[in-house]
Amino acid sequence: MIQASGLYKSYGETAALDGVDLHVREGEIYGVLGRSGAGKSTLLRCVNLLERPDRGTVTVAGQELTALRSGELNQARRRIGMIHQHFALLSSRTVAANVAFPLEVMGVARAERERRVAELLDLVGLGGRGGDRPHQLSGGQKQRVGIARALAGDPAVLLSDEATSALDPATTRSILDLLKRLNAELGLTILLITHEMNVIKSVCDSVAIMSGGRIEESGSIAGLIRTPGSRLTREIFPLPEPAPAGSVTLTFTGDPQRPVVSEVVRKFDVEVSILGGSIEDLAGGAVGRLRVALTGEAAPALAYLRERGLLVEVAR
Amino acid sequence: MTWDEMAPLLWESTWQTALMVGWSTVFTVLFGLPIGVALVVFDRGGLRPLPVLKSVLGVVVNVGRSLPFIVLMIAIIPFTRLVVGTTIGTAAVVVPLTVGAVPFFARLVETALREVGVDVVQAAQAMGASRTAIVRKVLLPEAMPGLVAGLTVTVVALIGYSAMAGTIGGGGLGDLAVRYGYQRFETLLMIVTVVVLVVIVQLIQSLGDAVARRLSHSK
Repeated sequence: MIQASGLYKSYGETAALDGVDLHVREGEIYGVLGRSGAGKSTLLRCVNLLERPDRGTVTVAGQELTALRSGELNQARRRIGMIHQHFALLSSRTVAANVAFPLEVMGVARAERERRVAELLDLVGLGGRGGDRPHQLSGGQKQRVGIARALAGDPAVLLSDEATSALDPATTRSILDLLKRLNAELGLTILLITHEMNVIKSVCDSVAIMSGGRIEESGSIAGLIRTPGSRLTREIFPLPEPAPAGSVTLTFTGDPQRPVVSEVVRKFDVEVSILGGSIEDLAGGAVGRLRVALTGEAAPALAYLRERGLLVEVAR
Repeated sequence: MTWDEMAPLLWESTWQTALMVGWSTVFTVLFGLPIGVALVVFDRGGLRPLPVLKSVLGVVVNVGRSLPFIVLMIAIIPFTRLVVGTTIGTAAVVVPLTVGAVPFFARLVETALREVGVDVVQAAQAMGASRTAIVRKVLLPEAMPGLVAGLTVTVVALIGYSAMAGTIGGGGLGDLAVRYGYQRFETLLMIVTVVVLVVIVQLIQSLGDAVARRLSHSK
Protein backbone atom coordinates (compact mmCIF):
# COMPACT_ATOMS: atom_id res chain seq x y z
CA MET A 1 0.00 0.00 0.00
CA ILE A 2 2.89 2.29 0.81
CA GLN A 3 6.22 1.70 -0.87
CA ALA A 4 9.12 4.04 -0.26
CA SER A 5 12.45 3.28 -1.86
CA GLY A 6 15.88 4.76 -1.38
CA LEU A 7 14.78 7.89 0.46
CA TYR A 8 17.44 10.47 1.24
CA LYS A 9 16.75 13.82 2.82
CA SER A 10 19.19 16.17 4.46
CA TYR A 11 18.93 19.54 6.12
CA GLY A 12 22.27 21.22 5.61
CA GLU A 13 24.87 18.84 6.97
CA THR A 14 22.46 16.58 8.85
CA ALA A 15 21.02 13.60 7.06
CA ALA A 16 17.46 13.12 8.31
CA LEU A 17 16.90 10.16 6.00
CA ASP A 18 19.95 8.19 4.95
CA GLY A 19 18.67 5.60 2.51
CA VAL A 20 15.31 4.41 3.83
CA ASP A 21 13.13 1.71 2.32
CA LEU A 22 9.68 1.14 3.71
CA HIS A 23 7.01 -1.30 2.68
CA VAL A 24 3.59 -1.17 4.31
CA ARG A 25 1.13 -3.86 3.31
CA GLU A 26 -2.54 -3.20 2.74
CA GLY A 27 -4.65 -3.38 5.89
CA GLU A 28 -1.84 -3.48 8.42
CA ILE A 29 -0.87 -1.12 11.20
CA TYR A 30 2.78 -0.28 10.72
CA GLY A 31 4.71 1.51 13.44
CA VAL A 32 7.96 3.41 13.07
CA LEU A 33 9.72 3.60 16.41
CA GLY A 34 12.57 5.93 17.21
CA ARG A 35 13.83 8.65 19.49
CA SER A 36 13.39 12.27 18.53
CA GLY A 37 15.84 13.15 15.78
CA ALA A 38 15.87 9.60 14.44
CA GLY A 39 14.24 10.76 11.20
CA LYS A 40 10.86 9.11 11.68
CA SER A 41 8.94 12.35 11.42
CA THR A 42 10.74 13.25 8.20
CA LEU A 43 9.97 9.77 6.89
CA LEU A 44 6.26 10.14 7.62
CA ARG A 45 6.14 13.57 6.04
CA CYS A 46 7.88 12.23 2.97
CA VAL A 47 5.05 9.75 2.48
CA ASN A 48 2.56 12.52 1.60
CA LEU A 49 5.36 14.77 0.37
CA LEU A 50 4.92 17.47 3.00
CA GLU A 51 8.69 17.09 2.78
CA ARG A 52 10.09 16.26 -0.62
CA PRO A 53 12.91 13.72 -0.38
CA ASP A 54 16.20 14.68 -2.05
CA ARG A 55 16.27 11.26 -3.69
CA GLY A 56 14.02 8.23 -3.81
CA THR A 57 10.45 7.42 -4.74
CA VAL A 58 7.21 7.15 -2.79
CA THR A 59 4.27 5.13 -4.06
CA VAL A 60 0.95 5.11 -2.23
CA ALA A 61 -1.96 2.94 -3.38
CA GLY A 62 -0.26 2.27 -6.69
CA GLN A 63 0.37 5.94 -7.48
CA GLU A 64 3.92 7.26 -7.56
CA LEU A 65 3.57 10.53 -5.65
CA THR A 66 7.11 11.68 -6.33
CA ALA A 67 6.28 11.80 -10.05
CA LEU A 68 3.18 13.98 -9.70
CA ARG A 69 2.80 17.70 -10.37
CA SER A 70 1.41 19.92 -7.63
CA GLY A 71 -2.26 19.83 -8.75
CA GLU A 72 -2.21 16.06 -9.13
CA LEU A 73 -0.43 15.74 -5.81
CA ASN A 74 -3.23 17.68 -4.11
CA GLN A 75 -5.70 15.21 -5.60
CA ALA A 76 -3.66 12.24 -4.38
CA ARG A 77 -3.27 13.71 -0.89
CA ARG A 78 -7.03 13.76 -0.46
CA ARG A 79 -6.87 9.97 -0.33
CA ILE A 80 -4.22 10.00 2.41
CA GLY A 81 -5.49 10.97 5.85
CA MET A 82 -3.16 12.43 8.44
CA ILE A 83 -3.45 13.06 12.16
CA HIS A 84 -1.11 15.23 14.18
CA GLN A 85 0.49 15.33 17.60
CA HIS A 86 -1.07 18.69 18.46
CA PHE A 87 -4.29 17.95 16.54
CA ALA A 88 -3.91 20.95 14.15
CA LEU A 89 -7.57 21.88 14.31
CA LEU A 90 -8.80 25.25 13.04
CA SER A 91 -9.77 27.30 16.07
CA SER A 92 -11.91 29.58 13.93
CA ARG A 93 -14.22 26.70 13.01
CA THR A 94 -16.63 24.51 14.90
CA VAL A 95 -15.94 20.80 15.29
CA ALA A 96 -18.31 19.99 12.42
CA ALA A 97 -16.75 22.65 10.18
CA ASN A 98 -13.29 21.24 10.93
CA VAL A 99 -14.39 17.81 9.78
CA ALA A 100 -16.04 19.41 6.75
CA PHE A 101 -12.82 21.17 5.71
CA PRO A 102 -11.38 18.43 3.50
CA LEU A 103 -14.83 17.92 1.95
CA GLU A 104 -14.99 21.62 1.09
CA VAL A 105 -11.56 21.37 -0.46
CA MET A 106 -12.79 18.43 -2.53
CA GLY A 107 -15.83 20.41 -3.66
CA VAL A 108 -18.45 18.19 -2.03
CA ALA A 109 -21.93 19.82 -1.99
CA ARG A 110 -23.20 21.22 1.30
CA ALA A 111 -26.01 18.71 1.94
CA GLU A 112 -23.70 15.78 1.28
CA ARG A 113 -21.04 17.38 3.48
CA GLU A 114 -23.41 17.71 6.40
CA ARG A 115 -24.54 14.11 6.07
CA ARG A 116 -20.94 12.88 5.89
CA VAL A 117 -19.79 15.00 8.84
CA ALA A 118 -22.55 13.67 11.08
CA GLU A 119 -21.62 10.14 10.07
CA LEU A 120 -17.92 10.71 10.78
CA LEU A 121 -18.55 12.31 14.16
CA ASP A 122 -20.69 9.31 15.12
CA LEU A 123 -17.93 6.99 13.96
CA VAL A 124 -15.37 8.55 16.33
CA GLY A 125 -17.84 8.81 19.21
CA LEU A 126 -18.44 12.55 19.05
CA GLY A 127 -22.03 12.52 17.76
CA GLY A 128 -23.82 15.70 18.85
CA ARG A 129 -20.63 17.68 19.55
CA GLY A 130 -20.49 19.18 16.05
CA GLY A 131 -21.44 22.66 17.23
CA ASP A 132 -18.66 22.89 19.82
CA ARG A 133 -15.46 24.83 19.34
CA PRO A 134 -12.19 22.90 19.51
CA HIS A 135 -11.10 24.71 22.69
CA GLN A 136 -14.15 23.30 24.49
CA LEU A 137 -12.89 19.75 23.97
CA SER A 138 -10.37 17.63 25.86
CA GLY A 139 -7.18 16.44 24.19
CA GLY A 140 -8.62 13.03 23.43
CA GLN A 141 -11.75 14.54 21.93
CA LYS A 142 -9.64 16.90 19.81
CA GLN A 143 -7.74 13.94 18.44
CA ARG A 144 -11.05 12.24 17.65
CA VAL A 145 -12.01 15.30 15.63
CA GLY A 146 -8.62 15.04 13.93
CA ILE A 147 -9.32 11.41 13.09
CA ALA A 148 -12.83 12.18 11.79
CA ARG A 149 -11.33 14.92 9.61
CA ALA A 150 -8.61 12.59 8.34
CA LEU A 151 -11.24 10.03 7.35
CA ALA A 152 -13.47 12.52 5.53
CA GLY A 153 -11.90 11.88 2.14
CA ASP A 154 -12.43 8.14 2.57
CA PRO A 155 -8.68 7.51 2.54
CA ALA A 156 -6.92 4.24 1.85
CA VAL A 157 -4.10 5.19 4.19
CA LEU A 158 -3.92 7.02 7.49
CA LEU A 159 -0.67 8.65 8.60
CA SER A 160 -0.32 9.27 12.31
CA ASP A 161 2.34 11.73 13.47
CA GLU A 162 2.83 10.98 17.18
CA ALA A 163 -0.94 11.17 17.55
CA THR A 164 -0.97 10.08 21.17
CA SER A 165 2.21 11.75 22.44
CA ALA A 166 0.35 14.74 23.87
CA LEU A 167 -2.24 12.58 25.64
CA ASP A 168 -2.41 10.91 29.04
CA PRO A 169 -2.17 7.10 29.26
CA ALA A 170 -5.92 6.41 29.54
CA THR A 171 -6.72 8.71 26.60
CA THR A 172 -3.84 7.22 24.62
CA ARG A 173 -5.43 3.82 25.20
CA SER A 174 -8.82 4.97 23.91
CA ILE A 175 -7.35 6.63 20.81
CA LEU A 176 -5.30 3.51 20.04
CA ASP A 177 -8.42 1.38 20.46
CA LEU A 178 -10.22 3.66 18.01
CA LEU A 179 -7.40 3.33 15.47
CA LYS A 180 -7.45 -0.41 15.85
CA ARG A 181 -11.21 -0.49 15.35
CA LEU A 182 -10.98 1.66 12.21
CA ASN A 183 -8.25 -0.63 10.92
CA ALA A 184 -10.44 -3.67 11.46
CA GLU A 185 -13.77 -2.20 10.34
CA LEU A 186 -12.70 -0.06 7.41
CA GLY A 187 -9.63 -2.02 6.36
CA LEU A 188 -7.69 1.20 6.80
CA THR A 189 -3.93 0.90 6.39
CA ILE A 190 -2.22 2.89 9.14
CA LEU A 191 1.36 4.12 9.22
CA LEU A 192 2.20 5.64 12.57
CA ILE A 193 5.33 7.06 14.08
CA THR A 194 5.95 7.11 17.79
CA HIS A 195 8.65 7.14 20.42
CA GLU A 196 6.53 5.01 22.75
CA MET A 197 7.12 1.25 22.70
CA ASN A 198 3.72 0.92 24.32
CA VAL A 199 2.01 2.13 21.12
CA ILE A 200 3.94 -0.39 19.04
CA LYS A 201 3.10 -3.19 21.46
CA SER A 202 -0.58 -2.53 21.65
CA VAL A 203 -1.60 -1.89 18.04
CA CYS A 204 1.09 -2.62 15.48
CA ASP A 205 1.36 -5.61 13.18
CA SER A 206 4.71 -4.53 11.80
CA VAL A 207 7.45 -2.24 12.98
CA ALA A 208 10.53 -0.41 11.80
CA ILE A 209 13.07 0.78 14.33
CA MET A 210 14.80 3.96 13.21
CA SER A 211 17.90 5.68 14.39
CA GLY A 212 20.21 8.19 12.76
CA GLY A 213 18.13 8.40 9.61
CA ARG A 214 18.25 4.67 8.92
CA ILE A 215 15.94 1.77 9.57
CA GLU A 216 17.85 -0.60 11.82
CA GLU A 217 15.35 -3.39 11.82
CA SER A 218 11.95 -3.92 10.28
CA GLY A 219 9.37 -6.62 9.72
CA SER A 220 6.30 -8.13 11.27
CA ILE A 221 6.36 -8.10 15.05
CA ALA A 222 5.65 -11.84 15.21
CA GLY A 223 8.57 -12.46 12.87
CA LEU A 224 11.00 -10.21 14.73
CA ILE A 225 10.13 -11.83 18.03
CA ARG A 226 11.28 -15.15 16.55
CA THR A 227 14.48 -13.65 15.17
CA PRO A 228 17.53 -14.28 17.37
CA GLY A 229 19.19 -11.10 18.59
CA SER A 230 16.35 -8.87 17.46
CA ARG A 231 16.55 -5.37 18.78
CA LEU A 232 12.76 -5.17 19.10
CA THR A 233 12.66 -8.16 21.46
CA ARG A 234 15.43 -6.68 23.57
CA GLU A 235 13.59 -3.36 23.80
CA ILE A 236 10.23 -4.87 24.64
CA PHE A 237 11.45 -7.11 27.44
CA PRO A 238 13.07 -5.59 30.46
CA LEU A 239 15.92 -8.04 30.87
CA PRO A 240 19.47 -6.86 31.58
CA GLU A 241 21.59 -6.69 28.43
CA PRO A 242 23.97 -8.12 27.52
CA ALA A 243 22.92 -11.46 28.93
CA PRO A 244 25.46 -12.95 31.38
CA ALA A 245 27.76 -15.55 29.82
CA GLY A 246 26.31 -19.03 29.87
CA SER A 247 22.75 -17.90 30.49
CA VAL A 248 19.95 -19.00 28.22
CA THR A 249 17.16 -16.70 27.06
CA LEU A 250 13.92 -18.37 25.99
CA THR A 251 11.28 -16.55 23.96
CA PHE A 252 7.96 -18.27 23.60
CA THR A 253 4.87 -17.25 21.69
CA GLY A 254 1.44 -18.83 21.64
CA ASP A 255 0.21 -20.02 25.01
CA PRO A 256 2.47 -18.35 27.56
CA GLN A 257 1.25 -20.65 30.33
CA ARG A 258 2.65 -23.81 28.78
CA PRO A 259 4.69 -25.44 31.55
CA VAL A 260 7.83 -25.82 29.41
CA VAL A 261 10.31 -25.27 32.19
CA SER A 262 8.88 -27.90 34.47
CA GLU A 263 8.68 -30.30 31.50
CA VAL A 264 12.38 -29.84 30.91
CA VAL A 265 13.21 -30.41 34.56
CA ARG A 266 11.15 -33.61 34.65
CA LYS A 267 12.47 -35.04 31.39
CA PHE A 268 16.13 -34.17 31.69
CA ASP A 269 18.68 -34.18 34.43
CA VAL A 270 18.97 -30.41 34.69
CA GLU A 271 18.58 -27.72 37.31
CA VAL A 272 16.94 -24.49 36.14
CA SER A 273 17.39 -21.24 37.96
CA ILE A 274 15.34 -18.30 36.76
CA LEU A 275 17.27 -15.05 36.33
CA GLY A 276 14.44 -12.93 35.07
CA GLY A 277 11.54 -12.76 32.70
CA SER A 278 8.17 -11.37 31.84
CA ILE A 279 5.15 -11.82 29.65
CA GLU A 280 4.08 -9.01 27.36
CA ASP A 281 0.75 -8.62 25.62
CA LEU A 282 1.34 -7.70 22.01
CA ALA A 283 -1.21 -6.97 19.32
CA GLY A 284 -0.67 -10.47 17.89
CA GLY A 285 -0.94 -12.29 21.22
CA ALA A 286 1.06 -12.79 24.40
CA VAL A 287 4.81 -13.36 24.24
CA GLY A 288 6.98 -14.56 27.12
CA ARG A 289 10.69 -14.16 27.58
CA LEU A 290 12.56 -15.94 30.29
CA ARG A 291 16.23 -15.88 31.19
CA VAL A 292 17.53 -18.98 32.96
CA ALA A 293 20.76 -20.66 33.90
CA LEU A 294 20.94 -24.42 33.28
CA THR A 295 23.21 -26.79 35.15
CA GLY A 296 23.56 -30.47 34.25
CA GLU A 297 22.36 -32.10 31.05
CA ALA A 298 21.87 -28.77 29.20
CA ALA A 299 22.36 -29.69 25.52
CA PRO A 300 19.47 -32.17 25.09
CA ALA A 301 17.22 -29.94 27.18
CA LEU A 302 17.86 -27.00 24.86
CA ALA A 303 17.31 -29.17 21.81
CA TYR A 304 13.97 -30.21 23.28
CA LEU A 305 12.98 -26.60 23.88
CA ARG A 306 13.86 -25.67 20.30
CA GLU A 307 11.78 -28.59 19.11
CA ARG A 308 8.84 -27.24 21.07
CA GLY A 309 9.03 -24.00 19.07
CA LEU A 310 10.81 -21.78 21.55
CA LEU A 311 13.48 -19.35 20.46
CA VAL A 312 16.57 -20.33 22.44
CA GLU A 313 19.48 -17.91 22.67
CA VAL A 314 22.60 -19.01 24.56
CA ALA A 315 24.86 -16.21 25.70
CA ARG A 316 28.59 -16.84 25.26
CA MET B 1 -17.24 81.74 20.60
CA THR B 2 -20.56 80.32 21.72
CA TRP B 3 -21.65 76.76 21.64
CA ASP B 4 -24.14 77.57 18.88
CA GLU B 5 -21.32 78.87 16.74
CA MET B 6 -19.08 75.90 17.45
CA ALA B 7 -21.58 73.09 16.93
CA PRO B 8 -21.94 73.34 13.11
CA LEU B 9 -18.17 73.72 12.72
CA LEU B 10 -17.52 70.66 14.86
CA TRP B 11 -20.21 68.70 13.14
CA GLU B 12 -18.90 69.47 9.66
CA SER B 13 -15.29 68.75 10.61
CA THR B 14 -16.15 65.46 12.26
CA TRP B 15 -18.02 64.45 9.15
CA GLN B 16 -15.01 65.36 6.96
CA THR B 17 -12.71 63.34 9.20
CA ALA B 18 -15.11 60.41 9.05
CA LEU B 19 -15.19 60.60 5.26
CA MET B 20 -11.41 60.79 4.89
CA VAL B 21 -10.72 58.05 7.40
CA GLY B 22 -13.59 55.88 6.19
CA TRP B 23 -12.62 55.90 2.53
CA SER B 24 -8.93 55.53 3.17
CA THR B 25 -9.66 52.60 5.50
CA VAL B 26 -11.56 50.89 2.70
CA PHE B 27 -8.71 51.39 0.23
CA THR B 28 -6.08 50.49 2.81
CA VAL B 29 -7.72 47.12 3.40
CA LEU B 30 -8.18 46.63 -0.33
CA PHE B 31 -4.47 47.10 -1.06
CA GLY B 32 -2.83 46.34 2.29
CA LEU B 33 -4.40 42.94 2.87
CA PRO B 34 -3.13 41.37 -0.39
CA ILE B 35 0.32 42.87 0.15
CA GLY B 36 0.43 41.50 3.70
CA VAL B 37 -0.64 38.08 2.41
CA ALA B 38 2.02 38.28 -0.32
CA LEU B 39 4.71 39.05 2.27
CA VAL B 40 3.88 35.77 4.01
CA VAL B 41 3.10 33.56 1.02
CA PHE B 42 6.18 34.54 -1.03
CA ASP B 43 8.54 34.29 1.93
CA ARG B 44 11.19 31.58 2.15
CA GLY B 45 9.34 28.60 3.59
CA GLY B 46 6.00 30.17 2.63
CA LEU B 47 3.29 28.58 0.54
CA ARG B 48 4.83 29.82 -2.70
CA PRO B 49 8.43 30.80 -1.95
CA LEU B 50 9.54 33.66 -4.21
CA PRO B 51 12.21 35.24 -1.99
CA VAL B 52 13.31 37.87 -4.52
CA LEU B 53 9.80 39.20 -5.05
CA LYS B 54 9.24 39.11 -1.31
CA SER B 55 12.40 41.14 -0.67
CA VAL B 56 11.45 43.75 -3.25
CA LEU B 57 8.00 44.01 -1.72
CA GLY B 58 9.53 44.26 1.75
CA VAL B 59 11.77 47.13 0.68
CA VAL B 60 8.87 49.02 -0.92
CA VAL B 61 6.83 48.59 2.23
CA ASN B 62 9.70 49.79 4.39
CA VAL B 63 10.26 52.87 2.23
CA GLY B 64 6.57 53.68 2.58
CA ARG B 65 6.77 53.27 6.31
CA SER B 66 9.88 55.35 6.83
CA LEU B 67 8.43 58.58 5.41
CA PRO B 68 6.67 60.87 7.89
CA PHE B 69 3.11 61.31 6.69
CA ILE B 70 3.35 65.03 6.05
CA VAL B 71 6.40 64.50 3.81
CA LEU B 72 4.75 61.63 1.98
CA MET B 73 1.63 63.68 1.40
CA ILE B 74 3.56 66.42 -0.35
CA ALA B 75 5.96 64.08 -2.14
CA ILE B 76 3.17 62.19 -3.88
CA ILE B 77 1.20 65.23 -5.01
CA PRO B 78 1.76 64.37 -8.71
CA PHE B 79 0.46 60.88 -8.09
CA THR B 80 -2.57 62.27 -6.28
CA ARG B 81 -3.33 64.56 -9.22
CA LEU B 82 -3.05 61.59 -11.55
CA VAL B 83 -5.52 59.53 -9.54
CA VAL B 84 -8.22 62.02 -8.55
CA GLY B 85 -7.50 64.94 -10.89
CA THR B 86 -6.98 67.42 -8.05
CA THR B 87 -4.62 67.89 -5.12
CA ILE B 88 -6.91 69.73 -2.75
CA GLY B 89 -10.09 68.74 -0.95
CA THR B 90 -11.25 65.70 0.93
CA ALA B 91 -11.06 63.31 -2.04
CA ALA B 92 -7.46 64.32 -2.70
CA VAL B 93 -6.54 63.50 0.88
CA VAL B 94 -7.75 59.93 0.62
CA VAL B 95 -4.89 59.15 -1.78
CA PRO B 96 -1.97 60.06 0.51
CA LEU B 97 -3.81 58.65 3.52
CA THR B 98 -4.16 55.32 1.72
CA VAL B 99 -0.57 55.35 0.46
CA GLY B 100 0.61 56.13 3.98
CA ALA B 101 -1.49 53.47 5.70
CA VAL B 102 -1.10 50.58 3.24
CA PRO B 103 2.51 49.68 4.19
CA PHE B 104 1.67 50.05 7.87
CA PHE B 105 -1.37 47.80 7.62
CA ALA B 106 0.44 45.32 5.36
CA ARG B 107 3.08 44.77 8.06
CA LEU B 108 0.37 44.24 10.67
CA VAL B 109 -1.35 41.73 8.35
CA GLU B 110 1.97 39.96 7.89
CA THR B 111 2.48 39.73 11.66
CA ALA B 112 -1.06 38.47 12.24
CA LEU B 113 -0.71 35.79 9.55
CA ARG B 114 2.61 34.60 10.95
CA GLU B 115 0.84 33.89 14.24
CA VAL B 116 -1.12 31.10 12.54
CA GLY B 117 0.45 27.77 13.49
CA VAL B 118 2.63 25.98 10.95
CA ASP B 119 0.95 22.71 11.89
CA VAL B 120 -2.48 23.99 10.87
CA VAL B 121 -1.16 25.08 7.48
CA GLN B 122 0.60 21.76 6.97
CA ALA B 123 -2.52 19.87 7.99
CA ALA B 124 -4.39 21.73 5.25
CA GLN B 125 -1.63 20.89 2.76
CA ALA B 126 -1.82 17.26 3.79
CA MET B 127 -5.55 17.37 3.05
CA GLY B 128 -4.78 18.44 -0.50
CA ALA B 129 -5.91 22.05 -0.14
CA SER B 130 -4.66 24.39 -2.86
CA ARG B 131 -2.66 27.49 -1.94
CA THR B 132 -5.66 29.74 -2.57
CA ALA B 133 -7.82 27.56 -0.35
CA ILE B 134 -5.19 27.67 2.40
CA VAL B 135 -5.05 31.47 2.29
CA ARG B 136 -8.84 31.87 2.17
CA LYS B 137 -9.94 29.07 4.46
CA VAL B 138 -7.04 28.74 6.88
CA LEU B 139 -4.69 31.73 7.09
CA LEU B 140 -7.21 34.58 6.96
CA PRO B 141 -9.94 33.08 9.21
CA GLU B 142 -7.40 31.85 11.77
CA ALA B 143 -5.68 35.24 11.85
CA MET B 144 -8.95 37.19 12.01
CA PRO B 145 -8.60 38.42 15.62
CA GLY B 146 -5.10 39.71 14.84
CA LEU B 147 -6.28 41.26 11.59
CA VAL B 148 -9.07 43.12 13.36
CA ALA B 149 -6.64 44.35 16.03
CA GLY B 150 -4.29 45.50 13.26
CA LEU B 151 -7.10 47.28 11.45
CA THR B 152 -8.07 49.09 14.66
CA VAL B 153 -4.52 50.37 15.11
CA THR B 154 -4.49 51.41 11.45
CA VAL B 155 -7.76 53.37 11.72
CA VAL B 156 -6.46 55.19 14.79
CA ALA B 157 -3.24 56.01 12.91
CA LEU B 158 -5.33 57.25 9.98
CA ILE B 159 -7.20 59.64 12.27
CA GLY B 160 -3.81 60.98 13.32
CA TYR B 161 -2.63 61.33 9.71
CA SER B 162 -5.90 62.96 8.69
CA ALA B 163 -5.23 65.84 11.08
CA MET B 164 -2.34 66.83 8.83
CA ALA B 165 -4.54 66.70 5.78
CA GLY B 166 -5.81 70.19 6.54
CA THR B 167 -2.61 71.50 5.02
CA ILE B 168 -3.83 70.42 1.59
CA GLY B 169 -7.40 71.51 2.14
CA GLY B 170 -8.84 68.28 3.34
CA GLY B 171 -10.63 69.82 6.28
CA GLY B 172 -11.46 67.69 9.27
CA LEU B 173 -11.00 67.99 13.02
CA GLY B 174 -7.25 68.54 12.86
CA ASP B 175 -7.71 71.39 10.42
CA LEU B 176 -10.39 72.89 12.65
CA ALA B 177 -8.11 72.81 15.67
CA VAL B 178 -5.30 74.49 13.72
CA ARG B 179 -7.44 77.19 12.09
CA TYR B 180 -9.56 78.18 15.07
CA GLY B 181 -7.69 76.94 18.09
CA TYR B 182 -4.16 77.86 17.03
CA GLN B 183 -4.53 80.70 14.53
CA ARG B 184 -7.51 82.47 16.17
CA PHE B 185 -6.83 81.63 19.81
CA GLU B 186 -10.21 79.97 20.31
CA THR B 187 -9.00 77.91 23.23
CA LEU B 188 -12.42 76.51 24.06
CA LEU B 189 -12.88 75.18 20.54
CA MET B 190 -9.41 73.68 20.67
CA ILE B 191 -10.28 71.87 23.89
CA VAL B 192 -13.60 70.65 22.54
CA THR B 193 -11.88 69.37 19.37
CA VAL B 194 -9.35 67.48 21.44
CA VAL B 195 -12.14 65.94 23.49
CA VAL B 196 -14.02 64.89 20.35
CA LEU B 197 -10.85 63.27 18.92
CA VAL B 198 -10.15 61.43 22.15
CA VAL B 199 -13.73 60.15 22.29
CA ILE B 200 -13.64 58.97 18.66
CA VAL B 201 -10.33 57.15 19.10
CA GLN B 202 -11.56 55.60 22.33
CA LEU B 203 -14.76 54.39 20.67
CA ILE B 204 -12.90 52.88 17.73
CA GLN B 205 -10.39 51.13 19.97
CA SER B 206 -13.13 49.70 22.19
CA LEU B 207 -15.11 48.55 19.19
CA GLY B 208 -12.02 46.92 17.65
CA ASP B 209 -11.12 45.22 20.92
CA ALA B 210 -14.65 43.89 21.33
CA VAL B 211 -14.76 42.48 17.81
CA ALA B 212 -11.29 40.93 18.15
CA ARG B 213 -12.30 39.35 21.44
CA ARG B 214 -15.47 37.90 19.94
CA LEU B 215 -13.49 36.40 17.08
CA SER B 216 -10.84 34.93 19.30
CA HIS B 217 -11.73 31.31 19.99
CA SER B 218 -8.59 30.23 21.73
CA LYS B 219 -9.79 31.33 25.17
